[in-house]
Amino acid sequence: MIEVKDLHKAFDGSPVLKGISTVFEKGKTNLIIGQSGSGKTVFMKCLLGLIIPDSGTICYEGQIYSQLTPEQQRDLRQEMGMVFQGSALFDSMTVEGNVMFPLEMFARQSRSEMQDRVEFVLRRVNLADAHKKYPAEISGGMQKRVAIARAIVMNPKYLFCDEPNSGLDPRTAILIDNLIQEITREYNITTVINTHDMNSVMEIGEKIVFLKDGIKEWEGTNRDIFRTDNEAVSNFVYSSELFKKVRQMYLEERD
Amino acid sequence: MKFNILIFTHATATHYPMNYLASIGSYAIMVREVFKKPTKWRIMKSLILKEIDDLIFGSLGIIIFISFFIGGVVAIQTALNISNPLIPRNLIGFATRQSVILEFAPTFTSIIMAGKVGSYITSSIGTMRVTEQIDALEVMGVNSLNYLVFPKIVAMFFYPFAVAIAMYIGILGGWIAGVFGGFSSSADFVEGLQLDFIPYHVTYSFIKSVVFAFVIATVPSYHGYYMKGGALEVGKAATVSFVWTSVVIIILNYVLTQLMLG
Repeated sequence: MIEVKDLHKAFDGSPVLKGISTVFEKGKTNLIIGQSGSGKTVFMKCLLGLIIPDSGTICYEGQIYSQLTPEQQRDLRQEMGMVFQGSALFDSMTVEGNVMFPLEMFARQSRSEMQDRVEFVLRRVNLADAHKKYPAEISGGMQKRVAIARAIVMNPKYLFCDEPNSGLDPRTAILIDNLIQEITREYNITTVINTHDMNSVMEIGEKIVFLKDGIKEWEGTNRDIFRTDNEAVSNFVYSSELFKKVRQMYLEERD
Repeated sequence: MKFNILIFTHATATHYPMNYLASIGSYAIMVREVFKKPTKWRIMKSLILKEIDDLIFGSLGIIIFISFFIGGVVAIQTALNISNPLIPRNLIGFATRQSVILEFAPTFTSIIMAGKVGSYITSSIGTMRVTEQIDALEVMGVNSLNYLVFPKIVAMFFYPFAVAIAMYIGILGGWIAGVFGGFSSSADFVEGLQLDFIPYHVTYSFIKSVVFAFVIATVPSYHGYYMKGGALEVGKAATVSFVWTSVVIIILNYVLTQLMLG
């Protein structure tokens, strides 16, 4: 579980995050949504410790990040997995090398144990045949799956995904969403996903935090989002005709 | 984690040219961070060997090529400027040796390396920055500065070997140009090479090359690591890095010469 309390961050005097407080629960897919420039990426980078907030606290299972020593912060980061928007795979390494990397850096295991673990996670993300390929030789969807495999190879307690299905076709995007949700439940980890994708919101949004201009405008589940009377959320989520119709159908069915 | 503060400092310094002190400060902090929380030796060893291959062995061809012709040009220029018959012909060998050992091998080669190796370092680290690979390392808990920059510093400590080769090839180029160009006899040239030889000059040259090696490894790394933007900015950072690495080498060349020979 991650607890965020009154988080503030400004750049060059311009506030980007204005007092965000929320809780990201364990074993659930927690989504951060909002328009471009609403502060989602800065918020996620604060959660990852890549940006230091001006004030407020981020608490990981009782440990307040800002109160940890740099060594303790690095140790905590080893319990985090991250799937970047562009996958951020190491170009000079094969798929296997990328997934093996965190194990080689930190795990105290024999080579064969590491190899077994890599085999296992690559099978888990349905990439059993891509070991020797380089990132440039595989598709965007496969790169995302490699990034997920690398993120979970160390059995993280926290999984962060920055727009995991951006640039993917709808079918692959759904596969990636489902994979993340399955992994979250299977390993009981705290997953935080930064997304624009409304399919993801509807499919896997077990907890949704909506940001607007650096403020937490609304939070709830994907079911709550159908019923919300918050104008900002409605305008954002139901900006397309398709989703307006889906909402109408849902409300009619419920009534 | 100080790197976001450093990015700000670097950006500020870039936008306000008078604020060079901020850049020097963030460069110093970067160098300190490079030596913190070392990567596992097993991994570091392979990174160092790869960097030696890329940075040193990969540069030997251009170093040999340039040194050979520079040595030749120095010998020809010296010969053409000796018009007084009272000046001994062994001056050609003497001038070639002194020019190559004192300046051309350590300093001129370093400027070439600032272009070749420096732009490679800036663009490779810069590309890792824009594609979030550095963020990925940090999120994993890896000290990215140690992982990326430390192997380059260690590899560049082999640079004096390249400078030694540059010295040898430069003098060989001078001998070939002098003798086969008909400017000097081989005996005169070799006599000039041995005339008033001061071994300390070679030591001075190697000390300079060690200092320049550190600059070539770290200044381009700084420009790559703290860059912001996309592909276009990677190219710009590589250019800026070459300029600054050359400037620092030239200033340090003056300072070291004054300290060690002055």
